[in-house]
Amino acid sequence: MSDVAGVVLFLGVTLYAVFGGADFGAGLWDLTAGGAARGRRPRALIDHAIGPVWEANHVWLIFCLVVLWTAFAGAFASIMETLYVPLTIAALGIVARGAGFAFGKVSETLSQQRLFGAAFAFSSLVTPFFLGAVAGGIASGRVPTNAGGDPIGSWVNPTSMLGGVLAVVVCAYLAAVFLVAEASRRDLPGLERYFRIRAVAAGVSAGVVALVGIWVLDSDAPRLYQRLTGISLPLVVVSAACGLGALVVLARGAARIGRPLAAAAVASVIGGWGVAQYPNLLGTHLTLAAGAAPDATLEVVVGVFLVALVTCVPSLVYLYALGERGQLDPSGL
Amino acid sequence: MLSVIVAASSTPSQLLPAREQMAFTLGIHVVLVPFGVAFVAMALIANYRGLRHDDADALRLAERWSKVAAVLFAVGAVTGTVLSFEMGLLWPGLMRRYGQAYGIPFVIEALFFFLEAIFVAIYIYGWKRMRPWPHFVAGIPVVLSGIGGALAVVAANAWMNDPGGYTMRNGKIVAVDPVKVIFNGAFWHEGLHMLLAAYIVAGFLVGGVYAAAMLRGQRDRYHRLGFLIPFTIAAVLMPFQIAVGDSAARWVFNNEPTKFAAMELVQNTGRHVPETIGGYYENGTTHGPSIKLPDVASFLSGWSVNTKVKGLNAVPPADRPPVTIVHLAWDVMVGLGSAMLALAGWFAWVWWRRRDVSSSVWFLRVASLAGFASLVTMWAGWTVTEVGRQPYIVYGVLRTTDAVTRADGVWISLGVVIVIYALVAAATIRVLRSMARRWRAADAGIGDHDVPYGPARVLDDEPGAPEPAARR
Repeated sequence: MSDVAGVVLFLGVTLYAVFGGADFGAGLWDLTAGGAARGRRPRALIDHAIGPVWEANHVWLIFCLVVLWTAFAGAFASIMETLYVPLTIAALGIVARGAGFAFGKVSETLSQQRLFGAAFAFSSLVTPFFLGAVAGGIASGRVPTNAGGDPIGSWVNPTSMLGGVLAVVVCAYLAAVFLVAEASRRDLPGLERYFRIRAVAAGVSAGVVALVGIWVLDSDAPRLYQRLTGISLPLVVVSAACGLGALVVLARGAARIGRPLAAAAVASVIGGWGVAQYPNLLGTHLTLAAGAAPDATLEVVVGVFLVALVTCVPSLVYLYALGERGQLDPSGL
Repeated sequence: MLSVIVAASSTPSQLLPAREQMAFTLGIHVVLVPFGVAFVAMALIANYRGLRHDDADALRLAERWSKVAAVLFAVGAVTGTVLSFEMGLLWPGLMRRYGQAYGIPFVIEALFFFLEAIFVAIYIYGWKRMRPWPHFVAGIPVVLSGIGGALAVVAANAWMNDPGGYTMRNGKIVAVDPVKVIFNGAFWHEGLHMLLAAYIVAGFLVGGVYAAAMLRGQRDRYHRLGFLIPFTIAAVLMPFQIAVGDSAARWVFNNEPTKFAAMELVQNTGRHVPETIGGYYENGTTHGPSIKLPDVASFLSGWSVNTKVKGLNAVPPADRPPVTIVHLAWDVMVGLGSAMLALAGWFAWVWWRRRDVSSSVWFLRVASLAGFASLVTMWAGWTVTEVGRQPYIVYGVLRTTDAVTRADGVWISLGVVIVIYALVAAATIRVLRSMARRWRAADAGIGDHDVPYGPARVLDDEPGAPEPAARR
C-alpha cells in the first residue's frame, strides 16, 4: 500500500509540475515581455490562457502537501524542518503571485497593473526556483529522517541549484509551448510566432541545463546519478526524446501536438526521479514502507485520489474544453 | 500572556513567534473563508432570480458578486496554501506524530477544494459566453464543495479538540480509524458553527456594503436587492447559530473542562457558578470591573443551578490556558452574537412593518456595522477554541511546546509575513474599492457597460506593435 501511496504522491508532483509549471512559466514570459506597450499583447494572451485555470492547477500543490503529510508524515516534518528557508520563500512567492495576478486583472490604472504585474511575474521566477531547490535537496538525500537537517546546505548545493534552474527553464519551456497552442487556437499568428521562438529558446536552454546537470549530479549526488543513468535511464531517454520531438513539431508549425509532447517530457523526468528514489523516500535512510502511515490512512489517500480522478479530472477537462471553445472570458473581469 | 510564555524556562524559543505567525495568518485567511464558502451561494440566488424573473438588477448583482468572489477566492487560495506550509514549517512535531490521523480530513478537503476551484473558474469566467442556465448550474458545485471543504477543514480542527480514532504504540501511530478521526466528538457542532459563521459573516459584510450605500442616498432597487439577499440569509441563520453555539459550549463543558473554566473565569470547582462578564484573571482570582450573573453559568451548563462546574484549580497552573484572553474572547463572541441576534429580530420587525428597509436610517446604520461585528465575533470564537485548548495543540496528548519547530528564524518569517500580508490586504481593499467605483460610474452611464450574457472583447495579435494608448 505504501508503494501505491508513493505513486499517488509522484503523480501529484507530476501533475503540479506540468500544469502548475506552465502557469509559472507564463509568469516568466510576462516578466520578459518588455514595457507596458510592447508587452501588452503577449501579456493579454497569458492572462486569457491562465486566468481561468491557474487556481485549479494550483490545487495539485495542496494535494501533494496533504498527501505527503498524511501518508508520509515523518518525511513531511523532516523536509519542512530542514528546507524551511526555500519553502517559506516559495510559500510567500505563491501569495505574491496569486494576489498579483488576481489584482492585476481588475485594476484600472496602468501604474496599478504594472505593480501587480511585476509582483506576479517576479514571484513566478522566485517560486519555481525555490521549489526546484527543495526537490534537489530531497533528491540528493540531504533531508534526515527524524530531525531537521542542515538549514542552509540542504538547499545551497549543486543539486538544489540545478533543480532550481531546471525548474525555471522547464516552466518557461512548458508555458511557451502551451502558449503557442493558445495563440494558434485563437488564430493569432503573430503571437504564435512570438511564443514559438521562445519555446525553442527555452527548450534548448532546458536541454543545456539537463546536460550540465549530468555532470553536476555525477559529482554531487552520485547515487541519484547512478540510478538516473541506470534503472531510470529509459524514462530519461523518453523525456529527452519528447522534449526534442516537441521542438521539432513546433518548428514545423503543428502547435497542438507540441503540448502533450512537452508535458510528457516533464512527466517522464519526474517519473525518472521517482523511480530513481524507489524504494526510498528520503536519501537511502528512509524507505516508503518505513515512513508510511497505517494502511487505513493510505487507503483513504489512494481512495480520495481515485475519487479525484473520476470527479475532478472530467471537471478539469470540462473547464479546459470551455476555455478551448472560447466560452470562458477573463476580459470582463 | 506574553510575559508568562517568555518566562517559562522550558519554553522553546520559537514558540512565541510561531504562535503569532499562525494566529496572524489564520486570522487573515479566515476573513476570506466566508467569501469562498458563501459568496457564490449568494450570487447564485441573485442569478436564479435574475434568470427566472427576468430581473436585470439581480443579474447585475450576481455578475458583480462573482467578480468580487473571483478576487477574494484567489487571495483565499494562496493564503490557505501558506497555512498548509505552516503546518510543517511551524508545527513539525504535530505532523510527525499525528499526521497519519490528523491529515485525513485535509486529504478530503483537498478534493473539495479542487472541485471548488474548477467550478468557481467556470462560473466566474463563464458569464459572457456560456448559455445562462448551464452557467447557473455550473455554480452549484461551488456551493456544495464549499460546504464540504469547510466541514473537512473544521473536522481536522475538531480532532485537535477531541483526538481519537488511532492506536499508538511506542510513540508511533500504528492503526487508524478514518471514520472516527473525521466524525470525532467535536465535529458536528464545530463544523456547523463555522459553516453558519461563514454564511453569516459573508451575508452581513455584503449586506453592510449596500446598507452603507443606501445611507449615502442610493436607495434604488439594485441596492435594496443587494442588501436584502445577503442580509436575509445572515439574519435567518442567526438563531440557528446561537443554538449551535449553545450546544458547542455545553460540549466544551463536558469534554474540555479547563477551556470551559477559562471561558467562564471559574477558579474553584463548585455549584451555583455565576456567569462572569468582563474582568481579568491573575493569581487565581478575578480582577477588574466585571458583572456576575448569579448561577447562570451553572444553569446554562446543565439546566440546573446545582450543576457542578470544574474550576481552573482542578489542573496545575502549567495545564491552564491564558485565561484572560479566552475569557474576554468568549465575552466578545457571546456579546456580539447576541447583539446580532437582536439585529436579526429588528430586521424582521422593520420588514414586517414596512416591507422596506431603505428608509430606516438607524437600522441601516447598525446594519452597515454588522459585517465588521460578525467578523470580530468569528475571530473571537476561534480565539476561544484555539487559545482555550492551550497548553495543548492536541487536547490532552500533545503540548504545543512539543509540536513547535526547533528551526531558527521564525521571528524573521513572522516579520516578512506581516509585511507581505499587509500589502496584500491593502491591495485587496484598494482593488475592491476601485471595482466598486468603476461599477458606480458604469451605472451612472459613464464608461463601458458590459452585459452579463453577451459578446466579449477580442484579443489583438501582433506582439511588439506600438500601442496607441494604454488600456483605459
